[in-house]
Amino acid sequence: MPAPRLTDVTTVACLFFIFLVPFAAAGLALMNVGLGRSRSAGHMMMASLCALAVAGLAYFVCGFAWQGFIGSPGHVLTLSGKSWNWIAAEPFFFRKLSFDGSATSLTALFQIFCVGLAALIPLGSGADRWRLRASCLSTGLLAAWTYPLFAHWVWGGGWLAQLGVNYGIGRGFLDVGGAGSIQVLGGLTALAVTWILGPRRGKYSADGMAPAIPGHNAVLVLFGCVLALVGWIGLNSVGAILFTGGEASGTALIVINTMLAASASALTAAVITKVRFGKPDASLTANGWVGGLVASSASCAFVSPAEAVVIGSIAGGVITFSIEWLELRMEVDDPGGSVSVHAVGGIWGLLAVGVFGQFQRPVLNVAGDSLPGAMNGIVSGQWLAQLIGVATLLGFVLPLTYGVNRLLNRFYPFRVSVEGERQGMDLHELGAGAYPEFVTHTDEFLPR
Amino acid sequence: MKVLGFLLLLAGWFLVLAAIVLFATPPLRAAFVLAGIAVEVLGLILAVRSQLIPREEKG
Repeated sequence: MPAPRLTDVTTVACLFFIFLVPFAAAGLALMNVGLGRSRSAGHMMMASLCALAVAGLAYFVCGFAWQGFIGSPGHVLTLSGKSWNWIAAEPFFFRKLSFDGSATSLTALFQIFCVGLAALIPLGSGADRWRLRASCLSTGLLAAWTYPLFAHWVWGGGWLAQLGVNYGIGRGFLDVGGAGSIQVLGGLTALAVTWILGPRRGKYSADGMAPAIPGHNAVLVLFGCVLALVGWIGLNSVGAILFTGGEASGTALIVINTMLAASASALTAAVITKVRFGKPDASLTANGWVGGLVASSASCAFVSPAEAVVIGSIAGGVITFSIEWLELRMEVDDPGGSVSVHAVGGIWGLLAVGVFGQFQRPVLNVAGDSLPGAMNGIVSGQWLAQLIGVATLLGFVLPLTYGVNRLLNRFYPFRVSVEGERQGMDLHELGAGAYPEFVTHTDEFLPR
Repeated sequence: MKVLGFLLLLAGWFLVLAAIVLFATPPLRAAFVLAGIAVEVLGLILAVRSQLIPREEKG
């Protein structure tokens, strides 16, 4: 079946918003750098750049072939008379893909950035101890296999998207801007990586204390938040157009919802930390901001601005407590807060579609089967479709990503040596620090 | 315990898949999907607890 057709105006709008998406990657990279130690700052930025490069190439080689697009050929399994589309069957290396401004070609362009974004998320949790080459290999697996498989199920007309057409479960699993396909997938990979790497040395002491290891540059972290907003505006707008059949005219609501969710989430985090610790915490507020962006991704096209504020507020609260709970109770040493922000925030965002989503317009997430909008906007069973998607992320994606990374770790150990961790990743792996002038010269303190 | 946790995660997901295919009535289907998710939550708790660091290895 043919892919959906875009008008000229929608194509131009789509291209404009796609070009904003790399700002999200820049924002996440800066946040990861700022939340890590100064002696690993250059290494983190280098790892981010390498992750983007490896993810793009792996996606070009086979990722898109397995992800496909709505209406592209796929491998189908028939169960009880219903077709379950499991994986796409496009040729490798973007062959047979005509770059003519069609929805398929725009999807390929959009996804090459999205897969890079997903690959950046685990870097934040592996900061200060994840070897560069190991992170590149792990990124290759994510971009070539884990991401395309799940993204096909959601965005490629796969079985999760077909839940509405096949079984009458809502409109099928809906994820406008990648709260599940990008954020939760990346966040669960971050959890797997954290488990495999173990905590940084000195993070957990025998007496049960977990001393805070603060990030080295709050300015980078907060500037990263602003860049991430720009990127997310692109991410959510393009997702709404390409994966739900939205029009360019509908993007104003999406941008407003994205901004409101992030604002509400950040302010909630700031208020919670102010009440609990006496002063607002910059890193937790920044995590709240990105958590709000993440939570907005799934539902931004189907909720009102007031509902976006509620979604963001809940995200800010949940993420703030989740970071503390994971770090102190579950002993998950996640310097960038990636697991809480992307996995927990994303899961909440996906569930929010079922709670708040209203469908006044038709939703096109399966080829040739545009599900009409409801009379009152409310669709029965959407919450169940969202739950099935979340269950798939937890029950399939987490074991898969843990398994492949565990296997990789067996052949190529992820963790840097004790000496390397003490020395810092910059000097140990790159041979030079990010801030060479940050050394104390004794002559500066001598009387002249 | 870790392996058991991941097996439970997978088992919960298969329950969810089975609920979609086998049950046509929405309440029954929803009940089995929720049961599958409950199994997944148990698996997640086991997997998380298996990662806690023994006291003698801390520091």
